[in-house]
Amino acid sequence: MSTAYNIAQVRSAFPLLRRTVHGKPLAYLDSAASAPMPTSVIEAMDRYAKHHHSNVHRGVHLLSQEATDAYEGARTIVRRFVNARSTREVIFTRGTTEAINLVAQSWARSSLSSGDEVLITHMEHHANIVPWQLACQATGARLVAAPLLPNGELDMERFRALISPRTRLIAVTQVSNALGTILPLSEIGLLAREHGIPWLVDGAQAIAHGIVDVQAIGCDFYAFSGHKLYGPTGIGVLIGREALLESMPPWQGGGDMIRSVRIEHSEWNELPWKFEAGTPPIAAAIGLGAAMEHVESLGREAIAAHEIALAQHAEKALLEIDGLRIIGTAAHKAPVISFTLDGVHPHDIGTVVDLEGVAIRTGHHCAMPVMEFYGLPATARASLACFSNEDDVQRLVAALRRVCEVFR
Amino acid sequence: MDLKDLYREVILDHNRSPRNFGRLDPADADATGHNPLCGDRLHLTLRLDGDRISDLAFDGQGCAISVASASLMTEAVKGQSRGEFSVLYQDMHRLLTEAEFHPAHDLGKLMALGGVREFPARVKCASLCWHTLDAALKQNDAANATGGTTISTE
Repeated sequence: MSTAYNIAQVRSAFPLLRRTVHGKPLAYLDSAASAPMPTSVIEAMDRYAKHHHSNVHRGVHLLSQEATDAYEGARTIVRRFVNARSTREVIFTRGTTEAINLVAQSWARSSLSSGDEVLITHMEHHANIVPWQLACQATGARLVAAPLLPNGELDMERFRALISPRTRLIAVTQVSNALGTILPLSEIGLLAREHGIPWLVDGAQAIAHGIVDVQAIGCDFYAFSGHKLYGPTGIGVLIGREALLESMPPWQGGGDMIRSVRIEHSEWNELPWKFEAGTPPIAAAIGLGAAMEHVESLGREAIAAHEIALAQHAEKALLEIDGLRIIGTAAHKAPVISFTLDGVHPHDIGTVVDLEGVAIRTGHHCAMPVMEFYGLPATARASLACFSNEDDVQRLVAALRRVCEVFR
Repeated sequence: MDLKDLYREVILDHNRSPRNFGRLDPADADATGHNPLCGDRLHLTLRLDGDRISDLAFDGQGCAISVASASLMTEAVKGQSRGEFSVLYQDMHRLLTEAEFHPAHDLGKLMALGGVREFPARVKCASLCWHTLDAALKQNDAANATGGTTISTE
């Protein structure tokens, strides 16, 4: 672990980490579900509420101008954070799920026809499966899923073979939320370009772990959520290639997305506002901007190095527990550790470790096809973040030993 | 909150060695219960002798609470009439959800399940089998034939 990375200082920025759970200090190992917010994010949203609250893009009064500046300022920060070409390509949504639904409802419904195919993988989150099912039902297109290898990597050979002349879209996750697998985006991108197929990346689990550069990835759409990146819930982003976004019809109508409205006919606003109908989540967008600045101040490479080193240490420590099996052992993994304990249902693991003050996720992780692949009803999942430390890992290991005592 | 309030010895015992585990064949009624949150799935088969549950069995996959609850239930309701089950079903619902519930009838070992009250995320685990049995009986009542109802806690 890097000596320059001052973990005590990193932790001090997160008020949530100071609370106790069932009388014990909190060991929060569930950032893959939702990461807590640092003080700077909470204060940025608080400032808006106390001093600038008003609507954006509307009034001529000072507060409205300030709110607009803060909201559009957040968009500028997002553009820089993911290296999008311009703020016209940065659309605020409620989260990753809404970002993908935007593409499914606007692009897919107007571009797919009967017999066309959408190619995904077997390790997608439900948010990158169900929107395509809906679009396919509406258009007569077919959803095709590439299988996994037993270690949780994508079967690239099969993936390649599943690209057909009817493939109209490729939609893949960058990091599996259930397994931690990092997908080979450069390889997938090459295939997409080679076949001239637009492709979308679900970045929900990747955005907080290392540098995400959408131009380097080269995808046509990139979706992520604020609350996986130490921002608030209710805000997410869709990055889209401008030419595609221009060609797409709006998906929700209302205020702000229009230039002019007459009863007979309306004209759409320009990008990115064409896809932002109604009053947006202003405070949440400001919070997301602050979260990105916080992450930048820690250094994304430093965070990733810290997390990966700790995750490797954690996997070793966990494997010393009798009957513990790690689900997902890909060569390249994000700091997400899914596991099972022989003879103990994950739900029971979750409850017992919770009473020890350790917060982990148990269940199917909104990735039921992954559970099906492994023949499991559920797994337990510990996920690490910038503030995770050695003590969190020890607490988890001790809590799991307690689970073994109770159930064996 | 203490671990022992939830995982009482009788619950751990019934989880380790579930009673009446398996399937009755032939059966007069059956139903499948599913808890999508945790992936619990249990299947109940029962035989009826007029108004009475003469025999029942369960199988499936679930957490300790749902397995123990199903196991304890099969022991408790075997031999009961529909009317008796209906009273017990109401009592169990209250036992699992109401803090100050003192049942009028002795619930015996089933009282051990009362600990889930303190764990709201786990109430559905304990109640799944009860809803499933209720559905199996109602379905049998309605169709008067084996059908295979599926119920979900979501």
